[in-house]
Amino acid sequence: MDQYQHIAATEKFLRGEMSPDECRVFEETRRSNPAQDQLFVEHQLMLDRMVTYAERKRVKANLHDIHQTLQESGDIQPLEKEVQGKLLELWTRYRRVVGVAASIAGVTALLISGITAVFAPKAPITVVEELRRKVSRLERQSSNQRAEINAVRKKIEPGREVSFGGTSFLIDAKGYLVTSAHVLTDATGVVVQNHTGEEFRATIVFADIQRDLAILKIEDDDFLPKSALPYGISRNGMEIAEPVFTLGYPKDEVVYGEGYLSARSGAEGDTLSYQLSISANPGNSGGPVINRKGEVIGILNARQAKAEGVVFAIRSLNIYRLVEEMKDQNLAKGLRLSAASQIKGLDRIRQVRKIQDCIYMVKVLM
Amino acid sequence: MSRSDRDSLLLKGLALNEKDAIHFIYKENFSLVQTLIIRNNGTEDDARDVFQEALLVLYEKSQTDDFELTCQIRTYLYSVARRIWLKKLQYLKRFESPDEDLVETVSIEEDLEAHEKRTAQYGVMKAAMGRLGEPCKSLLEAFYVHQKSMVEISAYFGYTNADNAKTQKYKCLMRLKKLFFAEYKPQ
Repeated sequence: MDQYQHIAATEKFLRGEMSPDECRVFEETRRSNPAQDQLFVEHQLMLDRMVTYAERKRVKANLHDIHQTLQESGDIQPLEKEVQGKLLELWTRYRRVVGVAASIAGVTALLISGITAVFAPKAPITVVEELRRKVSRLERQSSNQRAEINAVRKKIEPGREVSFGGTSFLIDAKGYLVTSAHVLTDATGVVVQNHTGEEFRATIVFADIQRDLAILKIEDDDFLPKSALPYGISRNGMEIAEPVFTLGYPKDEVVYGEGYLSARSGAEGDTLSYQLSISANPGNSGGPVINRKGEVIGILNARQAKAEGVVFAIRSLNIYRLVEEMKDQNLAKGLRLSAASQIKGLDRIRQVRKIQDCIYMVKVLM
Repeated sequence: MSRSDRDSLLLKGLALNEKDAIHFIYKENFSLVQTLIIRNNGTEDDARDVFQEALLVLYEKSQTDDFELTCQIRTYLYSVARRIWLKKLQYLKRFESPDEDLVETVSIEEDLEAHEKRTAQYGVMKAAMGRLGEPCKSLLEAFYVHQKSMVEISAYFGYTNADNAKTQKYKCLMRLKKLFFAEYKPQ
């Protein structure tokens, strides 16, 4: 009997399809021939396994079909997790991992801050003094005297005190001015005064404490809008050592100052600012920093308290950003900035003569 | 009809792999097991797999000669499913003590042991069948799994007659035998 015949016979035997005679012959062969018997055992085992394999496959297929049918008929439905939400479940599942991660992070943070504290240079925190001017009693007296003289033209209501002063300059000929926000701290009213001593009422349109910038608008019938500004507002950065000048009101008349850009960042690495070497005094805050082409490159805002001539100016690009924010809030009606300078080729004296018309003293009323 | 009478009728149907009986058992008990699995970090798919495996355990139990179910079908399925799922959770290291039980449980360890043995055997045959290649695999499955007659098979596979198909079937079985014993490890 060859192997095919043998497996066929084994199967026939196992299925009970053999006649009694065939059965007897088959069993006799097994008994007399151990090799045939061994073959029978192998074939029986394999066929047995085949039957159970097939059986399980059938049941599985049946279960699969039934699941499908029940799902389609809606008899079984997906269960919403009513006991706990996904987050809670994730938390319970991973809380140990999270705990370990958090403690590692905590230890690392402590370590780093410790190392930083040990190795960082112990530089004293730069003391920066804002350049707004405290109006001295003397000056107040003199301005009071002038107020009495010019009572008719005075914009400041009697009885209100001018407490602080700064500088501002036009960024739009229609009467928009920019100044330092710190100049306006605690202001209840603002009056601006030009270099000829004329005063105009102004309102604070927008202030950004972070950038230390504020926008004022002259709201006064006496104000005659100009056709265009002589200077442009620069969008670009500056090079170290570029000469710059400023105009401002550290006292009751406009004062010119000259210097150069000494660093491209401000106090303690503040990249919103420049560091200048220029003489500036309280009252210069909010004044323009202008390069030789007649472009405003910054707004003066502070000086280092313990070093002479170290002054910081906010980059002029921030004016553009501020105006964009105002436009988002619908506060910049008709406000348009120009980068084009009209006084590019002029000598400094003529430049200043044109510019000073646009520089205003800020008087803060409290 | 009392509950136990109904259960024994259903079990008879299950033992014969009858669709109606299994459909009924499935419909009655699936949501209980599903709730158990989902409440214990499982998914819809986990619920389906575990429930079907539990049903398979019950089916296999129903095939034994001295088959007798001493508890309700519901209790049995729940106990098996619970045990299977706990094992899986332990395996996946997601183990947490399960929620309090929804129904009482019975001891099913022996049945599960038998089931696991069968699962291992099933795996051996499945692997051997997987390596067998065509047309042998389809031919053997047609005969053993789908229980087609040799006449049907010879028509389907294009043999001239049933005897030719039979010869082919035994050739395939001989090939399978080699693969099967290569996988097979006596227990």
